[in-house]
Amino acid sequence: MEDDAPVIYGLEFQARALTPQTAETDAIRFLVGTQSLKYDNQIHIIDFDDENNIINKNVLLHQAGEIWHISASPADKGVLATCYNKTADGKVVTCAAVWRMPAELEPGSHESPEDAASPAHALELLCHLGPAAHGSTACVAWEPAGDGKRVISLADNHILLWDLQESSSQAVLASSASLEGKGQLKFTTGRWSPHHSCTQVATANDSAVRGWDTRTMSQIYCIESAHGQLVRDLDFNPNKQYYLASCGDDCRVKFWDTRNVTEPVKTLEEHSHWVWGVRYNHSHDQLVLTGSSDSRVILSNMVSISSEPFGHLVDDDDLSEQEERESHEKGRKPPQDSVIATYEEHEDSVYAVDWSSADPWLFASLSYDGRLVVNRVPRALKYHILL
Amino acid sequence: MAAAAAGRGPGCGPGDSPEGPEAGAPERRRKAHGMLKLYYGLSEVEAAGRPAGPDPLDPTDLNGAHFDPEVYLDKLRRECPLAQLMDSETDMVRQIRALDSDMQTLVYENYNKFISATDTIRKMKNDFRKMEDEMDRLATNMAVITDFSARISATLQDRHERITKLAGVHALLRKLQFLFELPSRLTKCVELGAYGQAVRYQGRARAVLQQYQHLPSFRAIQDDCQVITARLAQQLRQRFREGGSGAPEQAECVELLLALGEPAEELCEEFLAHGRARLEEELRSLEAELGPSPPAPDVLEFTDRGGSGFVGGLCQVAAAYQELFAAQGPAGGERLAAFARELGSRYFALVERRLAQEQGGSDNSLLVRALDRFHRRLRAPGALLAAAGLAEAATEIIVERVARERLGQHLQGLQSAFLGCLTDVRQALAAPRVAGKEGPGLAELLANVASSTLSHIKASLASVHLFTAKEVSFSNKPYFRGEFCSQGVRESLIVGFIRSMCQTAQNFCDSPGEKGGATPPALLLLLSRLCLDYETATISYILTLTDEQFLVQDQSPVTPVSTLCAEARETARRLLTHYVKVQGLVISQMLRKSVETRDWLSTLEPRNVRAVMKRVVEDTTAIDVQVGLLYEEGVRKAQSSDSSKRTFSVYSSSRQQGRYAPSYTPSAPMDTNLLSNIQKLFSERIDVFSPVEFNKVSVLTGIIKISLKTLLECVRLRTFGRFGLQQVQVDCHFLQLYLWRFVADEELVHLLLDEVVASAALRCPDPVPMEPSVVEVICERG
Repeated sequence: MEDDAPVIYGLEFQARALTPQTAETDAIRFLVGTQSLKYDNQIHIIDFDDENNIINKNVLLHQAGEIWHISASPADKGVLATCYNKTADGKVVTCAAVWRMPAELEPGSHESPEDAASPAHALELLCHLGPAAHGSTACVAWEPAGDGKRVISLADNHILLWDLQESSSQAVLASSASLEGKGQLKFTTGRWSPHHSCTQVATANDSAVRGWDTRTMSQIYCIESAHGQLVRDLDFNPNKQYYLASCGDDCRVKFWDTRNVTEPVKTLEEHSHWVWGVRYNHSHDQLVLTGSSDSRVILSNMVSISSEPFGHLVDDDDLSEQEERESHEKGRKPPQDSVIATYEEHEDSVYAVDWSSADPWLFASLSYDGRLVVNRVPRALKYHILL
Repeated sequence: MAAAAAGRGPGCGPGDSPEGPEAGAPERRRKAHGMLKLYYGLSEVEAAGRPAGPDPLDPTDLNGAHFDPEVYLDKLRRECPLAQLMDSETDMVRQIRALDSDMQTLVYENYNKFISATDTIRKMKNDFRKMEDEMDRLATNMAVITDFSARISATLQDRHERITKLAGVHALLRKLQFLFELPSRLTKCVELGAYGQAVRYQGRARAVLQQYQHLPSFRAIQDDCQVITARLAQQLRQRFREGGSGAPEQAECVELLLALGEPAEELCEEFLAHGRARLEEELRSLEAELGPSPPAPDVLEFTDRGGSGFVGGLCQVAAAYQELFAAQGPAGGERLAAFARELGSRYFALVERRLAQEQGGSDNSLLVRALDRFHRRLRAPGALLAAAGLAEAATEIIVERVARERLGQHLQGLQSAFLGCLTDVRQALAAPRVAGKEGPGLAELLANVASSTLSHIKASLASVHLFTAKEVSFSNKPYFRGEFCSQGVRESLIVGFIRSMCQTAQNFCDSPGEKGGATPPALLLLLSRLCLDYETATISYILTLTDEQFLVQDQSPVTPVSTLCAEARETARRLLTHYVKVQGLVISQMLRKSVETRDWLSTLEPRNVRAVMKRVVEDTTAIDVQVGLLYEEGVRKAQSSDSSKRTFSVYSSSRQQGRYAPSYTPSAPMDTNLLSNIQKLFSERIDVFSPVEFNKVSVLTGIIKISLKTLLECVRLRTFGRFGLQQVQVDCHFLQLYLWRFVADEELVHLLLDEVVASAALRCPDPVPMEPSVVEVICERG
């Protein structure tokens, strides 16, 4: 079974921000935000045509500044939030805002590539997430299962919970908490847990990972020195409520059970430089994607700590002979965690990886030089998991 | 002689040989012999064994059997000149004369001998006639004597018969008297305690009494005897039960009782029960020595006492038993074996407890000697009681177990010694910083660790070797010849230690080191070198030493040297890689802090290289020195020494002009991307945290790679003002000036630094690079 070749798309600018369009469940669509200090920044809406293996893009202007982080609303396809740099008075401040994409760009309106080069549409600003008084915003996270009304933003050492009102045109600070301690504490990233009716948020600062309860805005757990150095990214296991993956500058990816924060459940050490992103597959949580500044993307199979550690139970009668043999092999050796594939299409540091929200077997990775690579899970493995 | 003369003839003149007759004597004798031999069909040549002699069939041979005068004459006449003919003629005449006189002499001598022989025969004839007469007389005399003798024996016949009869009666009477006296004698014997005598009497009389018991008088005697015998048996049993008087006397008692016809079965039981009581006494006393709070008698003393007391006693019992109850057959033997097994196992348990107390001690020789004695002692009953299998049990249960435990202890000892070494090293590494002066060098520390570990290993080997010494009695056991050497010493002790050493070293790589501070990097470096040394030489040396000392005969598979070496190498590699990571992290942290904490937008125009960069160079130099103490230089890509300048010019002038030229066109960002992409096309991907080689350059390259990559990533996260960019430019140039010399491929440094500057330029909204010449001036200044 020949695997499809990766599809590569090049942006003109440096880029760090990548997100799937979370609310979109039919089309495979990613949003990429660029980083340019000299030109108007853009948000590229990348549509991947799975059948023809081609990419269609739309470009939106993001004139506010270079985009450091981007996240799409889980409820409204047209709404997204960015964190962007604003240079003022010789100071760089990172702000966050919620935007709406122009209506005509929404699904179905595929433009031809030539048209895409024509003057791009601009995003429509819905609201700023608060005044910049709290400091630079590192990250914005939407409530995963909500109606797209609640957003968390991390600004320096504050964690801010916003209520978006009047069709997101107004953001009201619902509650907040701040991290106190010696030294200058700064949140680097955060994730909103999809479990516990979305009452938990995990944040990272320096080498620690902390869990917060959004109802009381109080800390519920803290993994001190989760990594040897900075923690770069977090992700919750979508199927196991206490499982959390983290990655950082010690080149490792660690899997935690938040009920026992003294020891990681599992540690991966496959990358040869800092790991910038880690993502669980939304449906098959044994598939874990990591991207690193060693320019590699690694897809790992963490069967032993996934929600379906032994694969599906299949009646023997249903199996063809070959499958039977396979299942015997499977039965003989317990499933083992392994690296499924290492993707080396990038030539610069990979700062973001993410799975498609529409197709669980497809993912994108973005490197600093503006190269977006769309890859698929190897077919053999896909069938192995499905059958 | 003629032949000899003929052979010699031409040499010496005819008739002028002065010693002619004297020299002729042996010749003559030989000729006589020759004649005899001729007669007996032997050729002279064969007899004399002279292969070079003349052909016996030669008709020209004067002395030959086939001499033909005509042929000879013809030959002479044909072959010889006249003078020689004359010579041979005179010679021939002389020889003929000599032969004639010889013949006359012989005839004369023989005639004389013949006459004297005739005289002797005549004299003998006379003598024999006289002797015949005397013999006749002798024969008549002898006949007379025979006659007389016959008459005498006829007269004495009658009296002789009477005497024989009387003697028979006398003997019978003596026997009867003995019988009648028997009761009183027995009584007396019993009173005197001469049991043996009594039993003998009884034995002698028993059969007779049995036979004649129908006669009243005999019956009375028999009854008396039986009463007395019963009493005797009673007393013997009494004595047997009281029994304090030791095994030999008891054995005697039993023997007597057996002779009295007591039931053997019962005696058997009683005998063993008695033996058991005594042996148990011994065991109790041994146990008392063990005690809950023992004054701890010497282990040697203990085994000696056990050996002489218990084992000796057991031997005696067994020997006596076998002697007494040999008639009992296999059933008796089994009973004895069971008896010995039971007591033996209790004894072994005691010995084992005692030896377990000894396990804490460190003196192997004492233990081995104690075991040796123990084992030696047990060999006697082992031979005596093969069925009980005492000796086997002893070796298996005790000696082997003790040996195994001992090995385990040595392994622990080695491990703790190694850990101790490491602690020492840590202290030594920590100390000089406090003292502020140079402590013992790393190389010296390494040598210390290596030598002390090796000496510990050797000491352990030597002390374990005692177990297999020739003079130790159990060293011949198959266990000690095979499994002990190969599985025990080689595998579990030596291989186990090397493995655990690797493991210990590897543990430094794992969790605690991650935080950076737990393990001093120098220790990592040192351990890595140690493991590498083990891989190259020490392991094979130790294993060879072991194999030599313990001539391993066991065929069971052992860990090959190569596997161990591979493990050691892997450990060394991991340690070194970890060292690189740790050191890289230290420098990275410095760089990261320096980039993160600075406000790059509002920085002033650079006048100096930032202090942190100098610090980085200093630290790198220090690491270089440190690594240089333990590792070889390694290879670097040969490049001219002034390459730093050359490449710098490329990087700062040509490329920068291309990239940061003030005249930006809208397509500029594309170009930038294109440029950097093209550049990347031609450069190999850099694995930042890649495994390192065992040399200094590789280590330093690793550290520098990690540091510079950190710098790059940090720069990308910041936004730079114009002067910020210029500062980065200056810093990078400075690093370039100093770092290239440490790495294997200086292109790498250039590449990374280029990327840093390029990234900084990208992160700068107003990228105006500094003049390369100014950068150089600043760098050279500070």
